[in-house]
Amino acid sequence: MAASPDAPNNGGRRLALMILGRIGASFVTLILVALVVFVISSLLPGDAAQEALGQSATAEQIAALRQEMGLDRPAYERFATWAWGMVGGDAGQSLVANMPVGDIISERLPNSLLLAALTTLVAVPLALGIGIASAMNRDGRLDRALNIVTLSMVALPEFLVATLAVLVFSVQLQWLPSIALVPEEAGVAELLKALAMPVAALAVVVMAQMARMTRAAIIDQLDRPYVEMAVLKGFSARRIIITHVLPNSVGPIFNAIALSLSYLLGGAIIVETIFNYPGLASLMVNAVTSRDMPLLQACAMIFCAVYLALMLIADVAAILANPRLRNQ
Amino acid sequence: MADASANPYVAVSGLRVSARRPDGSDFDIVSDIDFSLARGEVLALIGESGSGKTTIALAMLGHARNGAAITGGSIRVGDVDLASLGAADLRALRGNRICYVAQSAAAAFNPARTIMDQAIEAALVHGLMSRAEAEAKAVGLFGELGLPRPESIGRKYPHQFSGGQLQRLMAAMALMSDPDLIILDEPTTALDVTTQIGVLQAFRNVVRRRGTTAIYVSHDLAVVAQMADHILVLQQGHIVEAGRAARMIEAPEQDYTRTLMAAAHPAPSVPERGPAADVPLLEVRGVTAGYGRIDAAGHPAIPVLRDVSLSLQRGQTLGVIGESGSGKSTLARAISGLLPPARGQVLLDGAPLPPGLKGRTRDDFRRVQIVFQNADVALNPAQSVRQILKRPLAFYHGLRGAAADARIAELLDLIRLPATIGDRRCTELSGGQKQRVNLARALAANPDIILCDEVTSALDTVVGAAILDLLADLRRDLGIGMIFISHDISTVRAICDDILVLYHGHAVEQGPRDTFAEALHHPYTRLLVSSVPELRIGWLPDAGSAPPLPPVDESGNAADLCPFLARCDTRVAGLCDASFPPRHRLPTGNEILCHFADEKLLPFARGNMGAA
Repeated sequence: MAASPDAPNNGGRRLALMILGRIGASFVTLILVALVVFVISSLLPGDAAQEALGQSATAEQIAALRQEMGLDRPAYERFATWAWGMVGGDAGQSLVANMPVGDIISERLPNSLLLAALTTLVAVPLALGIGIASAMNRDGRLDRALNIVTLSMVALPEFLVATLAVLVFSVQLQWLPSIALVPEEAGVAELLKALAMPVAALAVVVMAQMARMTRAAIIDQLDRPYVEMAVLKGFSARRIIITHVLPNSVGPIFNAIALSLSYLLGGAIIVETIFNYPGLASLMVNAVTSRDMPLLQACAMIFCAVYLALMLIADVAAILANPRLRNQ
Repeated sequence: MADASANPYVAVSGLRVSARRPDGSDFDIVSDIDFSLARGEVLALIGESGSGKTTIALAMLGHARNGAAITGGSIRVGDVDLASLGAADLRALRGNRICYVAQSAAAAFNPARTIMDQAIEAALVHGLMSRAEAEAKAVGLFGELGLPRPESIGRKYPHQFSGGQLQRLMAAMALMSDPDLIILDEPTTALDVTTQIGVLQAFRNVVRRRGTTAIYVSHDLAVVAQMADHILVLQQGHIVEAGRAARMIEAPEQDYTRTLMAAAHPAPSVPERGPAADVPLLEVRGVTAGYGRIDAAGHPAIPVLRDVSLSLQRGQTLGVIGESGSGKSTLARAISGLLPPARGQVLLDGAPLPPGLKGRTRDDFRRVQIVFQNADVALNPAQSVRQILKRPLAFYHGLRGAAADARIAELLDLIRLPATIGDRRCTELSGGQKQRVNLARALAANPDIILCDEVTSALDTVVGAAILDLLADLRRDLGIGMIFISHDISTVRAICDDILVLYHGHAVEQGPRDTFAEALHHPYTRLLVSSVPELRIGWLPDAGSAPPLPPVDESGNAADLCPFLARCDTRVAGLCDASFPPRHRLPTGNEILCHFADEKLLPFARGNMGAA
């Protein structure tokens, strides 16, 4: 008999240990990513002083500014200072804007999070719906139609979608603003109107992947004997999908969702640019152009941390959904 | 057909189930199926794979698998014709008036939901009773089917049960709605024989006590002889013969029925034993193997094989028998070097082989070949038969071009397949043909020893019997030593010179084949032999005829005691639960791992029934 005594507490402790271990590993990953970003950006020609002063500056002016910015110190020393500051919660001083990096980020981060959250709210339910509907009508007309739709979504570049949307809804119909600038005291309706097109453009990009993975994860289960057993117990297709198949597909579906959502912060750059939206991604690109190392590093850390957190959540969800892993 | 009384409860006539080929044409999976069944009777559908028995069983629920459809005839159960019902009406019947017990309960239970959830779900969906009533009823059925701790097991998940327990749980689930008709689809095929016997008893008990009408699908005549009132033999979608069980067993009318019966009990085909060489071809000395970290004393964290020794002469076959998890396959892996033993030695012609793959020469590899159980998985589906055979020829013998082609033709001839099969992919071959190619791949190396791991277990009995004949010829003609691993003692007895019985990784008995016909054995061997169903009605004793064994005090360190202690009916308190048994030699010459070596080991009046 393969039975083992029920030990949910034991399973809970193992899960907690696993989460702690993963968080520890995440810090190592963050340090490595910081190092890689630092090294690669130091390989770029020029530095913040040169970029700030332009081509007409004399060598003496640049050297003076470098000293002021602390760029004359050796690379390892600059990295160590920055890393030590991060440990203490201080992301350093922006070289270009001459203000704390923390202040710049805290101005932009809520914008990015708002855009990501709205996109998630739109894209995830839609993607799950499309995936489940396709799987239930496998190889049927609806499945093929949805297949074409999702494939086109993957194939269309987001700048094309965004530009076309602006052409149609802003220029021709004049329904929506072409620039997603949200005034401070905007109401919900105004906010939604301003963000409708950026959210739609981003949703198109991330939905396709999620929908296709959902379909594949469900179809993978549909041929299992337990599904036929459920059919032979007289259950409706809807009941079988919701109460029998979905609990077994949670792992792969959550992984696909986490991967897609991690794109919403850093990957929003094109949408942010087209709609002139003040988010983190465009901030990071600006930081690269102006060689603003502390700002660049801070953005990289945020993107990386969000990615790691999403992956951890997906893995924990997969474990919780699987009794074999849960109570091991 | 099957004894149609004036008003049968189940009546099937002219049933036809068809499917569509990829090219768009239709073909019949089964056709012209007629039978009827009175209330409270059990009908067995017998046939090989592809005979359509499962198709008919599913049609009894108005269901056809993907791509197939019920295209003709009527299926009357009670006063409804399933063939004319719509989807909603069928759903209302399934899991309610007609219930299904699937072949592999391990796969047919949803791994993510508790047993109780699944057992009562149909009763709740069909609105038959309240949740509390359903749970109480399920607990009662769990007890009736002989499951341990019926009150609490519902909270567990399927992976926490053994195969035999899951099969009983599935039967309990099917009985929840007191169905008019229950379909049992090969419910014991995936079980070990010692487990099967208990499950069969439990099934027969509930079916008899409740007067359930049942259709029992199986490929094993001996099994259905214990269950069925009527037997219906199928071949390639048609009825070959049908009649009352006793008549069918004692006086089958059709040749095909007789072939089926003969294949179930292969005739011995063991050539005379030659003189034993001084140095055996293969010798295994005190091998302990397992998984996980190996401690200072050489014991792996999860030991699978413990202190197993054996020897094999050239041209002889050693049968290794045991239930799933007994370490049979691990023994093959340890000999071949796939799993280096933690302790002990493997000697080939008296010279020790390096324990792992690392250190073995190409010639060592060549001399020991494995044939895996499942040819579907062992052969690369993207390659043709010729490509599959070319690889070992080039690797071991450097044969290429025309020389390789000539050798491939020889090999195909050896395994009795036409030379034209070389250009086909193994996905296009039948199960038996695939297993022959699998065997040819091993023979291509010109090995001294072939390790056959359950090579006939996945095959139909008739096809498997042909493979056994082929193996017997090969060892006679080529003088290859063979280790034949199987869970089926009648197969092992038919083709092996010596037999080794494994239980929980221990060699509990070993000796020449002839002594296995005698009565004196290790208690586990006795249980194994007595559990193989015999082809006669009334062989299966009623459950409860043997008093349950008193529970074993589990406070002691079980690893230091006899591995069979908990299931042994010969055990003596104070001895068996106190010390590890020594190796004894029986008067018959067999070596056993037991405290006893005398008439105490003879079969008792007590039935030697194992609990699943």
